[in-house]
Amino acid sequence: MYLTDEEKRTLDGNSGPGNQKAMELLYALGKAFDAERLIPVSRAHVALSGQEGDTYWCGLLVDGGARCKVVPTTNPAWDVEGLSRRFDVTDDELELAVRTVDVYRRIGAELTFCCTPGLGTNVPLFGEHVAFSESSATPYVNSVLGARSNRESSVSALASAVIGKTPLYGLHLEENRKGDFLVVVEASMNEPYDWGILGWYIGRFAGSRVPVLRFRNLDRRPSVEDLLYLGAELNTSGAVPVYHIEGLTPEALSWPSVFKGKTPEAELIVGDRELKEQEETLSENKGPINLVMLGCPQYTYSQIRRVEELFKGRRVKDGVGFWILTSFDALELASRSGEKERLQESGVELVADTCIDEPCWKSFEGGLGMTDSPKCAYYRERRGQPFVIRRLSECVEAAVRGEVC
Amino acid sequence: MEKGTKTFSCRPIVSGKASGEAIVSEEPMCFYLCDPKTGEVIEKNHPLRGRSIAGKVLVLKSGKGSSVVQVDGFYQLWAKGNLPAAIIVKDTEPVLVSSAVVVSTVMVDRMEEDPFEVISDGDWVEVDAESGIVEVRPKEL
Repeated sequence: MYLTDEEKRTLDGNSGPGNQKAMELLYALGKAFDAERLIPVSRAHVALSGQEGDTYWCGLLVDGGARCKVVPTTNPAWDVEGLSRRFDVTDDELELAVRTVDVYRRIGAELTFCCTPGLGTNVPLFGEHVAFSESSATPYVNSVLGARSNRESSVSALASAVIGKTPLYGLHLEENRKGDFLVVVEASMNEPYDWGILGWYIGRFAGSRVPVLRFRNLDRRPSVEDLLYLGAELNTSGAVPVYHIEGLTPEALSWPSVFKGKTPEAELIVGDRELKEQEETLSENKGPINLVMLGCPQYTYSQIRRVEELFKGRRVKDGVGFWILTSFDALELASRSGEKERLQESGVELVADTCIDEPCWKSFEGGLGMTDSPKCAYYRERRGQPFVIRRLSECVEAAVRGEVC
Repeated sequence: MEKGTKTFSCRPIVSGKASGEAIVSEEPMCFYLCDPKTGEVIEKNHPLRGRSIAGKVLVLKSGKGSSVVQVDGFYQLWAKGNLPAAIIVKDTEPVLVSSAVVVSTVMVDRMEEDPFEVISDGDWVEVDAESGIVEVRPKEL
């Protein structure tokens, strides 16, 4: 791979060990994927996780003198101040969370603690070369906004933020962004939940190929939330950092052909029955619950409003936790506009800066959880709590009753 | 060179030199599913389940699992000194490369011969990721 003299000097350690380490990572990736050279990125999003490995990497770079050239936004870990008062966490877990904030602050990140940067805090334009990690954010900026990002890890996205560059390979090249296979969707799509189940279903077949979706029965344009859910699940059950929707997403509008070759026959046809079957095989069926957890990806302000509508002033049953994880700006809006207070009266808690996959939630382990997000269930189960996955209205009804019937 | 030893060219990904006994995984691995205290693979149904990769030269098909867990898996093994000495990869993918760089694990790919054909469990393998050479001394039978 070609490196400029300046890039070579960085790799040799002339700009300090932190920059050297970051460059080593970009160089190794570039070599592994036969990148011709590095190209500048204008934006980055780092899927900070609050796990040791990730925090170690950021510490290694910043203590080696590195600072971000491109200011990255960051994923949530957990709201240390608010949640450590509510839940049991160990001293080690608390110390790690505090250390995570410290290293990311010192390296010069913008601490948004938000996993939906493409909705407001970090919005690339069409064709912009960026380095976005976070499995729901990468497909959103690629597919919906038409920006160009590889399926970055938190560590490679941080290296790009430090150096301001990324190797030119994969989805930075137009030919690799085109569709590999056609999916015809006949199912009726009503709310984000349906798009999430669809994403999970297609992701299983896709592997790392690029799907192109053709809808037969779409009676309205999908919402931002619909597309977020689609991408999050495509990139969890599969490794799908980009998809296209015929006639709707930008690269399926403007290009002469969205496919690599000629338009293929449909490889997959998805109807209501397939989605129903997918829903049934994904999750636990029923039983008493101790937690409803929404917000993977973090809930938007309009989703928070929808929860309030569905509660109709009723209350969550005693002994059941109801948590909505949201972005700091949506929380602020809900606070100003009154939803936060009213939802609290219904027993619903809102929290920003927090991910579902964090140690603060372990008090609920041992019981059955419920969510509208397969991705949430997948990561929570890894930590030891089974989840029922149902649409939002059913989550609300179950919370009021205290069980899924 | 000792009798029976063979050398192969390869492509360095993460530089360094290391040697060790070979352990071969024709299945991809998620390093999060190794016990950091022993280096033992604990993933259900994995062909290496119950065996340790610590200090060995791991001949690996590819990586799998989300970036967060893979990076953390490498880190936890590194912190306990139980990472492989070096990794020879068949199908390189970005998360595996990133994880190896974070903790400076010697890594090479594109061996001139299929590593699964020429390296077996127990062979002694020297990986030189400075000059791009893998040396294999077959286990004495």
